Amino acid sequence: MYSQGLIGANTETEETQEFLDAFQARIDAEIKIEPNDPMPAAYRKTLIRMIGQHAHSEIVGMLPEGNWITRAPTLRRKVALLAKVQDEGGHGLYLYSAAETLGVSREQMTEELLNGTAKYSSIFNYPTPTWADIGAIGWLVDGAAIMNQVPLCRCSYGPYARAMIRVCKEESFHQRQGYELMKTLAEGNDDQKHMAQDALNRWWWPSIMMFGPSDTDSQHSDQSMKWKIKRFTNDELRQKFIDATVPQAELIGLTMPDPDLKWNETKNDNGGYDFGKIDWDEFWKVVKGHGMMNKDRIRARKKAWDDGAWVREAALAYAKKNEKQHSEAA
Amino acid sequence: MPANTEQLIEVVVQIADDHLILGHRLSEWCGHAPMLEEDLSMPNMALDLVGQSRALYSYAAQLESKGHSEDDFAYLRKDREYTNCLLVERPNTDFAHTMLKQFYFAAFMHPFWQGVKNGTDNTLSGIAGKAEKEIGYHIRHAGEWIVRLGDGTDESAERMNDAIEALHPYTGELLEVDEARQSCIVSGAIPEIAPIQTQWNATINNVFTQAKLTVPEIDYPQQGGRAGNHTEDFGFLLTELQYMQRTYPGAQW
Repeated sequence: MYSQGLIGANTETEETQEFLDAFQARIDAEIKIEPNDPMPAAYRKTLIRMIGQHAHSEIVGMLPEGNWITRAPTLRRKVALLAKVQDEGGHGLYLYSAAETLGVSREQMTEELLNGTAKYSSIFNYPTPTWADIGAIGWLVDGAAIMNQVPLCRCSYGPYARAMIRVCKEESFHQRQGYELMKTLAEGNDDQKHMAQDALNRWWWPSIMMFGPSDTDSQHSDQSMKWKIKRFTNDELRQKFIDATVPQAELIGLTMPDPDLKWNETKNDNGGYDFGKIDWDEFWKVVKGHGMMNKDRIRARKKAWDDGAWVREAALAYAKKNEKQHSEAA
Repeated sequence: MPANTEQLIEVVVQIADDHLILGHRLSEWCGHAPMLEEDLSMPNMALDLVGQSRALYSYAAQLESKGHSEDDFAYLRKDREYTNCLLVERPNTDFAHTMLKQFYFAAFMHPFWQGVKNGTDNTLSGIAGKAEKEIGYHIRHAGEWIVRLGDGTDESAERMNDAIEALHPYTGELLEVDEARQSCIVSGAIPEIAPIQTQWNATINNVFTQAKLTVPEIDYPQQGGRAGNHTEDFGFLLTELQYMQRTYPGAQW
């Protein structure tokens, strides 16, 4: 694989002021940074962290939704969910490959996920107790992810930006699929309506927390904006998501679990929703590993990895034997 | 309408049940595979199988003309009314068992679909055209794993042998011809079994030889699925599969 040639390559760059200015000028001119280009160590580190976290989120994200594959209520829903979860796995693979272009290996990233040093999106530490959660995740979680990811299609790092184009197309399909699922429930019988509203009640606040801490508290935003890794701040994206999503809930007759939610004509020039106070204690509790499913998610990933060790070892052993036979035959 | 419609429905439902149950079992792996590549390919194969079951259930419903849907067949029958072969309902156990199960099944379905494609039933022949290509890929995928695991490490060889010991007794049922099947062979909708058996043996022998594995002699084959006599694990599979339809009768999803 192309990217594997870059793993462990010498990436040292002498960061003189002249070099840093030239790098910034290139970013400002909207010229993409590519794997072989010299880049500041902090730029590389930030991207490895971001892309790695993104990849891990896709992989861990397979678990809460995979939870319903064997219980999906119809064959149509079953194949749609299977395909969706498979898409998430595909995004993970795609993103690990993009991260590999920065010199880190998938094995190394996997190890960091399993030993807890790498983070993934906290939203996947919430449980999916009902079928409506599958709709809520597609509609809200993928909806929030799209808000974050569409600007990443213009990210200054070429491989990440290009990966995001395909990922966004698929996420946007998932979002519509999730909304359609919720709409079906909201138009269904009382049990189904209740199931839909209950899922919305549980997923709304965690979804708007997905954009991360408020701009006043975010440690990574400024430099990432300057390097055009990020294009919008956490709060800007959160507002865009809320403004887009509230009318969607109204359209299918669901109520947002926020009594302070109110349209404000004068907000941000064109108007926007005012919303209630976000419970950041809850956010940090889950980020720090104390959500309902944090431990279960990592245990499940670790179990899959450990249980599969003998399969990976056998594949390697077989490949080595064959390599040897081929070279002996030659 | 063919003269042997009842027998044709019976056979179509048997094949549909095989595909649904095997696809369901495979889908249990989603998110828990030994490597990311397998987390993509196992759901892919599960999608093929469940997709084929949908086409087959819809055809059965159409032949039956009682206003049933694919979901009525898939979700709302009682355990004794499912007529899948026992092989496909066996638990996943580990990656060796799972790949071997896929391999045994695909090695049978590939020549079977080829025969159906050239058969007398236009709808089945259309389904077979698509399914044949998909199942050809399943043989390749699972077959390559049988070779890697059989000729990989001591542990993987041991696990493969354990899988063969556990699953080979169930393979005879794939090749069984009951009255309904015989009627469809006579009408030309499905192929004669003897040439399929020859091909199945050849595929298994070829891959097992490469994998340094031995094809066992089975004195007492396991069967009963076609008559609705299932293993104990099957009830639990149905409990999950049918949960939503049973809990919320009549709801639209």
